[in-house]
Amino acid sequence: MAILDRHKILEKNATLLLVFSFLVVTIGGIVEIAPLFYLENTIEDVEGVRPYSPLELTGRDIYIREGCYVCHSQMIRPMRDEVERYGHYSLAAESMYDHPFQWGSKRTGPDLARVGGRYSDEWHVDHLTDPQSVVPESVMPKYGFLSQRLIEPKYTADLMSTHRIVGVPYTDEMIEAAAADFEAQADPDSDWEAMVERYPGAQVRNFDGQPGISEMDALIAYMQMLGTLVDFSTFTPDASR
Amino acid sequence: MAKKPEKPNEPETTGHSWDGIEEYNNPLPRWWLWTFYATIVWGVIYTIAYPAWPLVNRATAGIMGFSTRAEVARDIQTFADANAAIEAKLAAADLATVAADPELQSFARNAGAAVFKTNCSQCHGSGAAGAKGYPNLLDDDWLWGGDIESIAFTVRHGVRNETGDSRFSQMPAFGEILSEEEIAQAAAYVQKLSGQDHDAALAATGETVFIDNCSACHTEAGTGDRAQGAPNLTDAIWLYGGDHATLIESITKARFGVMPAWGQRLSDAEVNAVAAYVHQLGGGE
Repeated sequence: MAILDRHKILEKNATLLLVFSFLVVTIGGIVEIAPLFYLENTIEDVEGVRPYSPLELTGRDIYIREGCYVCHSQMIRPMRDEVERYGHYSLAAESMYDHPFQWGSKRTGPDLARVGGRYSDEWHVDHLTDPQSVVPESVMPKYGFLSQRLIEPKYTADLMSTHRIVGVPYTDEMIEAAAADFEAQADPDSDWEAMVERYPGAQVRNFDGQPGISEMDALIAYMQMLGTLVDFSTFTPDASR
Repeated sequence: MAKKPEKPNEPETTGHSWDGIEEYNNPLPRWWLWTFYATIVWGVIYTIAYPAWPLVNRATAGIMGFSTRAEVARDIQTFADANAAIEAKLAAADLATVAADPELQSFARNAGAAVFKTNCSQCHGSGAAGAKGYPNLLDDDWLWGGDIESIAFTVRHGVRNETGDSRFSQMPAFGEILSEEEIAQAAAYVQKLSGQDHDAALAATGETVFIDNCSACHTEAGTGDRAQGAPNLTDAIWLYGGDHATLIESITKARFGVMPAWGQRLSDAEVNAVAAYVHQLGGGE
């Protein structure tokens, strides 16, 4: 049993055993992970998905900061009960500009992948301020302080540049206009046409109904666009994927 | 390697010896070994039957033709087919006659309850009792009409949303039109209309303010106008609150409650089902 004798060399040298164990695990990792980067069917081409607008991106950061993902997932799984409750199952393309993605792993609250347009802005303000005022059985904490915290687009361009480094296709024009777009989206009286041209489907409203741009505005702008970018009346997913 | 036993009946040892401790070279239990081989065979069969090995453009599809997406589509289709006949009947039904058909009514009530709990309860409450700013659907006080057709219209098109055909009305923010004193007078008059304790002197002057500014929508008697979604101010049911301070806030800033157009998300049958459900909750006309 020559091979067993050679195996003995590994068994008797701890460092060599470590090196070879690492090699074996690496092969496993490559087989499982590497194909996801080149297989064409990992992320299908879906019309409508675009990078987040500056205000939405800021709202997304607040979502992450407040740990919303701890209780809310953003991934509708392909099962009948989920599709009936939340809408069309999530597509990989819908979170292709998420860094990091917000799929989550636990639902204390409902899935939010398609929460956009489901409720009015006013409901979101009421619900974030005092969740139990609209859903008495909810265990969600109160986030009313968000509407008192006014924000400025001071670091928005930097934030977008960082996202560009990891692959989000923000153009120079988008990054230059970051601050202006940030403010335009929360002010329906501004010149927001150029912003909507850069970010098709972006919603322009004073989201929290209060003067000034607060964290509440940004968070609601983010939530109101979640899952709204793909038009499922015209998009039919390839069933074989 | 293995060393023959020194005594008869003793198993072989592996030949290893650590500080005089030796290791028996017993074979693996046969049942375990065969289970292990079976799992290997199973693994190979599985990767042939189901999607598994990554190739150049995509992974192998597997000879069973399994696909998660196809499976969920088939699952949904099974239930859609089972309900197709009665859903078509409900979608086309004259809503006023749904209650007369026990089978349809029973289906609509149950399907409507499911639609309500999924989509409506977040604002109107899981028991439909509403919350501040979100109407109670159990009582007989309706902003836009309480017959089943009106309820279905409200569900389908929503209220003050961005679709073109939603129900729409906008109360002016009287803080920009009237003085604070006039607003306080009007608020007192509204308290009088609804039979609450009120400041009689304020209310007396408030009547003129009310007739001049509010009666076009809320009517001179204050009973409201459903065509404009103007609430009845003479009853004890308040969407935002009927106390003096809340009334002043409502008059000053005006309210602008929004409801999404559910016709964009729900099928006709689902809209009709939830309308039938809401209609039979207690306040339906």
